[in-house]
Amino acid sequence: MLSRVAESVYWMSRQVERAENIARFLEVTLNLILDQPENLVDPWSPLVQVTADEEWFEEKYGKPDSRNVVQFLAFDDEYPNSMVSCLRAARENARGVRETLSSEAFEQLNQFYHFVGDASPAAAMDPTSQFFDDVRKQTLLWSGVFASTMAQDSGWHFANLGRMLERADKTSRILDVKYFNLLPNLADVGTAVDDLQWSALLLAISGFEAYRRDHHQIEIEKVVDFFLFNRSFPRSIHHCIASANWSLGEIEQASSSNMNRTAGPILDELQHRLAHTQVEEALAGGMHQFVDSVQSEINRIGEALGQDYFQISVNS
Amino acid sequence: MQNHPQQTQSPLAQAQAGQSQNGQMQSQSGTVPCLPGYETGSFFDEVVDQDSFARPDAVALVDLINRLPPGELNRRQLAIERSLYQMGITFTVYSDSAGTEKIMPFDIVPRIISPDVWTHIDTGLKQRIRALNRFLSDIYNERKIIEDGIIPASIVDSCPAYLPQCKGLRPPHDVWCHITGTDLVRDNDGNVFVLEDNLRCPSGVSYVLQNRSVMKRNFPQAFTASMVRPVSDYPARLYQMLRRMAPSHIADPNVVVLTPGVYNSAYYEHSYLAHQMGVELVEGRDLLVKDDRVYMRTTDGLQAVDVIYRRVDDTFLDPKVFNPKSVLGVPGLMSAYRAGNVALANAPGTGVADDKVVYAYVPEMIQYYLGEEPILSNVPTYLCDREEDRAYVLDHLDELVVKAAGESGGYGILIGPHATPEERQEFAAKIIDNPRNYIAQPTLQLSRVPTMVDDHLEGRHVDLRPYILCDGPDDVWVLPGGLTRVALKKGCLVVNSSQGGGSKDTWVVAQAGETIARV
Repeated sequence: MLSRVAESVYWMSRQVERAENIARFLEVTLNLILDQPENLVDPWSPLVQVTADEEWFEEKYGKPDSRNVVQFLAFDDEYPNSMVSCLRAARENARGVRETLSSEAFEQLNQFYHFVGDASPAAAMDPTSQFFDDVRKQTLLWSGVFASTMAQDSGWHFANLGRMLERADKTSRILDVKYFNLLPNLADVGTAVDDLQWSALLLAISGFEAYRRDHHQIEIEKVVDFFLFNRSFPRSIHHCIASANWSLGEIEQASSSNMNRTAGPILDELQHRLAHTQVEEALAGGMHQFVDSVQSEINRIGEALGQDYFQISVNS
Repeated sequence: MQNHPQQTQSPLAQAQAGQSQNGQMQSQSGTVPCLPGYETGSFFDEVVDQDSFARPDAVALVDLINRLPPGELNRRQLAIERSLYQMGITFTVYSDSAGTEKIMPFDIVPRIISPDVWTHIDTGLKQRIRALNRFLSDIYNERKIIEDGIIPASIVDSCPAYLPQCKGLRPPHDVWCHITGTDLVRDNDGNVFVLEDNLRCPSGVSYVLQNRSVMKRNFPQAFTASMVRPVSDYPARLYQMLRRMAPSHIADPNVVVLTPGVYNSAYYEHSYLAHQMGVELVEGRDLLVKDDRVYMRTTDGLQAVDVIYRRVDDTFLDPKVFNPKSVLGVPGLMSAYRAGNVALANAPGTGVADDKVVYAYVPEMIQYYLGEEPILSNVPTYLCDREEDRAYVLDHLDELVVKAAGESGGYGILIGPHATPEERQEFAAKIIDNPRNYIAQPTLQLSRVPTMVDDHLEGRHVDLRPYILCDGPDDVWVLPGGLTRVALKKGCLVVNSSQGGGSKDTWVVAQAGETIARV
């Protein structure tokens, strides 16, 4: 397929996934504050920290609160990673490759964008978890349409690759920031409040029920293990990386060229590492360091994909 | 017709008049006007005749409209608009930074064309495109038509769209214009005139196909009853034609559609056609030229390209030959084209033949190249470059339509009878300043078709753009129907979408033996 098309499909898929994660984080947080006793852990700052764009935020908005964080993450036209900006960019990308998507997929994305765009002034005035729940349902529709109306050809696999890398990155970020915020309050360990916080963390990746089925009780180590290493849950980092690796393998297999490519080995290595690391090791070496190294591997994979597939020159 | 009692009727208008009488007799049965409250006024209406009876080919449609519960037609109109928006069939409004998109307004009442009118149009268009292709070949090579004094060299050479870089080109089968969208209008007597030849990648055919699919969903009964000819085979025919253009030694040619990109106002159409044909939609940056061969950059490396249906303007095609600042094109493309390694549809340089001044010479071209009388008439045209014409135009600005030769999209037009004295003065000054750039034509009272206005039907003026595929001099196909554009503003004669125009589905009624659209 055309390099530009592969790249657009890859980014389109990443951007929808990014928008979905934002909706997820906001929905969970808006729910959480309803249950939370006053003056407890501030739930809004971590959401800004997740983005790694705190400086940008502070300059424009000052101190994080519910109103401005929702505005920033969901509806800020100027912030390139806000939900609405991501969806606009995803739709632009989709428009550029419309002929490679199924009509249903394009129409769903188009409708999704209009749904968020049309609702944004009202939803920004009075942010409710209901709105973000509706957004999340749109993303589920998108996933469904993508899974059931598109041939699983290279284009589909580039999309899956983008989605899985983005998801792994976001899962790692939410874990990193929440962990950092929750852990210092040692006094909370084992209390009801702590339970609430960690449950919220699991809810943010829709993993609460799956976790409960496996472990019943909330334990920090097991939650971390679930986030990083669970093999079957669709938002755990290990699962995402394995799925990305599967797609890359399919792409390489379908390829008729014997170009020298670099993304595969990096992805193989990362998957291997996730499969063979124990949660105790990860925690012993410092959770943040571990997550950080996973994130930088994901970045390297992205760059390698660019060289392997997206920037093809005269001499190829 | 009462407006022009002195004018002799064309055979076509007579046929039309005869028909409407037949229709009248058939549907008389003592009833009132066929569409209650609808008035044709002094205009030629294509659905309702001057005695308020449905024209014969429109009887089924009118019956259906009348059987709908009150408000239902309007409800369907709104539902269609919503579905077009959701399908993303939109064009971009350039001036808006948020990338606002609008749907091209669509009107639910189709325009119906009877078989004999269509036969006339079909044969006329085929004749015209044959002559235009001969002209293009001639003008970039031998220039016999100039030598023989039919058209002055000064007019050809001063066309902004004349490209000296194309001299000596010999496209395969001598076809320059593979895809054409000719604008036609009908006057107050129902006579058909050619208003403009659009020879440079005309757009709009995707609206024809989408309008049809929307109408099939909303009026399936009327289709069968009205014996409408199908349009859905257009993409397949287009693809076949493009394939056959490939260099002859290529067994399985790679055809692509070249678009300026997602910000082009017709991008939707480029994407739609590529999708329908199952070929790649490429941008200039996806292509490169190596050793006079064109390649596209793919995830598997470089892949050869044999035929390009290009929707990028001539002068942006190749920065090495034309506009050096173009980033939409492909450096080296023209060299590969000249070497015969890639085919382009349409060939570069075709714009010279749809210049508004050259247009006036098309009837002579038909006689000169084909030795035939033109089947379709031009609108009488005054060339301001000619002294006597100019004097007449300046004297009659309040009656004429004046057009700038170098503009399109409904810009640079003066509609004399609707203009203010100041506007007329302004145009007079422009004409005197640059006479070569202006032509004038009598103001035609364009035919009308019933159109939804708020919640009821009113007559609105229409034009018609049929699409022509030309594979060779003897292999020309005209899509039955085409894009009917409608001026939604009351009394307005400009139908361009940039000027608030909309579109309608166009139903060509089949004759015995012709295929009918399936619902």
